[in-house]
Amino acid sequence: MIVYLFMMLAVLAVGSALAVVINKNVINSALFLVLNLVSLAGLFLVLNAQFLAIIQVLVYAGAIMVLFLFVIMLLNVENEEKLFDKFRVKYFLTFLLAIGVMGQIFYSITGAADMLPAISENMAYVGTVEAVGDVLYTKYLFPFELTAILLTAAIVGALMIAQHKIKRTDEI
Amino acid sequence: MVGIDWFLGLSAVMFTIGVVGVLIRRNAIVIFMCAELMLNAVNLSLVSFASYYGNISGQILVFFALAVAAAEAVVGLAIIIAIFRNNLTVDVSKINLLRW
Repeated sequence: MIVYLFMMLAVLAVGSALAVVINKNVINSALFLVLNLVSLAGLFLVLNAQFLAIIQVLVYAGAIMVLFLFVIMLLNVENEEKLFDKFRVKYFLTFLLAIGVMGQIFYSITGAADMLPAISENMAYVGTVEAVGDVLYTKYLFPFELTAILLTAAIVGALMIAQHKIKRTDEI
Repeated sequence: MVGIDWFLGLSAVMFTIGVVGVLIRRNAIVIFMCAELMLNAVNLSLVSFASYYGNISGQILVFFALAVAAAEAVVGLAIIIAIFRNNLTVDVSKINLLRW
């Protein structure tokens, strides 16, 4: 049962990731990215990481993707109509590089195959909200507080960058 | 239950798709979304290691990575808005001020 669930979610994740890259319409890409993030949240549930699954849906598929869609609609971005209409050398080089990257990752995974962990018996307890909060507010309290400073700095920086009045030049 | 190697393989495939997207797309927003795709692939492998070892620290790291990703998305989109205001395009092949 779990195996079928994993297969379904994995196919959904890979297919939606491919659709993000291939789609010519920017808004369709963003919506497929939402599908990808939600299927990743399902995979987190398969891994018994309930807290991270909820956070993934709330923060990523909720907040960040709304921000993306908002910016896309604000800028009325044009579609990439001539994405695949002719063969470019760049695509071939990208294909070679992708083969290289994936081969290297799989090579390192198979090289460490006998060191990979078997399933742990306390996997069911490790990802609950209780367990995560227990560690987050005791052992990792200081980095957690620093996250607040990081988010404040990001908001102030984004306001400074996006608000700045610039003389529009005619040349592109 | 499936083994951890399936999760790592899925993570590798998604990371590669993200790399391909960053390299072949020209729209800055789509490039940004493909970077998010790579980030999520690495998050998946971190969570799978954390669950299979039964150690909570990997999930805490993913939690902080999510916070950093939110901050990064905000600042990156602000930069894209600033570029659009200057150039009226987000096509990275037309933003060639520093190109010789």
